[in-house]
Amino acid sequence: MNERVAISKSPEAKKRFWTRKRRAEAAGWLFIAPEVIGMILVSLFPLGFSLVLSFTEWNLVGGLSAIKWIGLDNFFSLFEDNKFLMALENNIWFTIGTVPATLVISIALSAVIQKKLYAKSYFKVAFFIPYICSTIATAAVWSALYHPSKGPINQALLQLGIDNPPNWLVDTSFSLVAIMIIYVWQLLGYQMIIFLAGMTNIPDELYEAATIDGANGMQQFRRITLPLLGPTTFFLTITSIISSFKVFDIIKFLTNGGPNYSSTVIVYQIYEEGFQRFKMGYASAMSWVLFLMIVLVTSITWISQNRKVHY
Amino acid sequence: MRKIQLGNWLLTAAFAVISLFFLLPLFWMLSAASKTEKDVWTFPIQWIPEKWNLIENFKEVWMGDVSFTLFYGNSLKISILTTLATLLISAMAGYALSKLKFKGSALVFSLMLAFMMIPEQATLVPRYIMIKELGLYDTHLSLILLSMFSSYFTFLLRQFMAGIHNDMLEAAELDGAGYFRIFWSVMLPLSRPILATVGIIKFIWTWNDYQGPLIFLYSTDLYTIPLGMQFFKEEFGTRISVMMMAAVSADIPLLALFLALQKQVINGIAIGGVKG
Repeated sequence: MNERVAISKSPEAKKRFWTRKRRAEAAGWLFIAPEVIGMILVSLFPLGFSLVLSFTEWNLVGGLSAIKWIGLDNFFSLFEDNKFLMALENNIWFTIGTVPATLVISIALSAVIQKKLYAKSYFKVAFFIPYICSTIATAAVWSALYHPSKGPINQALLQLGIDNPPNWLVDTSFSLVAIMIIYVWQLLGYQMIIFLAGMTNIPDELYEAATIDGANGMQQFRRITLPLLGPTTFFLTITSIISSFKVFDIIKFLTNGGPNYSSTVIVYQIYEEGFQRFKMGYASAMSWVLFLMIVLVTSITWISQNRKVHY
Repeated sequence: MRKIQLGNWLLTAAFAVISLFFLLPLFWMLSAASKTEKDVWTFPIQWIPEKWNLIENFKEVWMGDVSFTLFYGNSLKISILTTLATLLISAMAGYALSKLKFKGSALVFSLMLAFMMIPEQATLVPRYIMIKELGLYDTHLSLILLSMFSSYFTFLLRQFMAGIHNDMLEAAELDGAGYFRIFWSVMLPLSRPILATVGIIKFIWTWNDYQGPLIFLYSTDLYTIPLGMQFFKEEFGTRISVMMMAAVSADIPLLALFLALQKQVINGIAIGGVKG
């Protein structure tokens, strides 16, 4: 023991630059470097860059010299732009229509599967398969199912005695709903898997104790399952609100935001203004509105969880 | 006791019916892909085709002038390379964040969590400009470079690696292993379950990515499967049987991967959700 102390205090040891501590430090930075550099280059820098661009008017075709500083004009124009306002409104309806529905249905499905069903693994797989499938392939299938006159959905509705079934994707009042249905169909299994995992973590003793106290299934669900799933529900609420803001693939493939902009959303507008009209400044302003909305939602949910979530 | 069991059987039966709603669109896709165009729309639906046209549809999708064979190759290349790169970069970062002590690691970790909030869509315009300026527009490299960094997967790997006992690492260190050696020969093998999970999920996401290729690719030769689907929609828009064959083709590798590795996929999704 004494020898060691002596060695570490010897002048040679002091001169060595690569001390153990320094080596660990350098290794740490070396291992983290690719990720950090990458995140700065593909996330942080572009985020700042798009903020700067949002204060400019710039058509990419004109080259760098065509950049014009216009201050907040883009943001003012956004709120006079009917297409953007419609996109914003559609995004809000999309969130209201899909988020609570998927949360409630998937929690109910998983509670029943967890407690009551035989062949649990079959159900996990069956409900989860839509999430695994290629979104674009799924969109292609549904576009056929939704065919106004020949599609199986409307054929079935006619059989059921509904004489004027909706024209789904080509109907201005149904296009967004049609897309919401596909979206929910795809996402339910994913949320169910996460809820099931959360339920597995709840100790059986709690249910046993409740059973002894005479609590029925519904009471157990309300008093034990739901509160203890708080963190899971919180996580899924945030992530599903955020992903509902980012919906794009299905819309681009199926409707191009139409008919008559009835199914357009913010990301679709970013795509149209930025990559089809090359209005980079304007598209960047929209990007920032989207980003701020996401930050806002995350913060609100974050703050409110402090009171509601039981750990 | 008996009564409860009967109830469970009834519920199971009810759920079996509900589960059909999740599977029917896929059965419909399969059945339409094996029919002649004329039979696709018959109602009530012929689930099993009267006249098989599977091989013809297959030929049309896979052996045409611009065929799925090409799109497949592109998708495989991009998905495999992106997945490998993500695994390496995120595992390195996960190791640093969980096992190495360095100044600023706490800050880096919290930044990493904050990065998860930045939506890809908010940075598309600058990314596009950067890729153009670098001369990488219309290359597969652009897609790989843009999607190989992931704070989400880094976070998952970090959480897993933090649970690996330090004894293991100390033993290796006593045997004279350096940091790279410890990472490669101790951390990576011990993290195999989470690496498998992250790898599969990243592969599936990359395979399904539509927005990236849509914006960063121009030449049909470079198209991936989702863009290929769009191509088929434009070329064969009214020929649903051919479209459905394309859709089946896009789904098969994913379904095969999923059915073979169900546990990893489902666990992976669950880990992300529960610990996130």
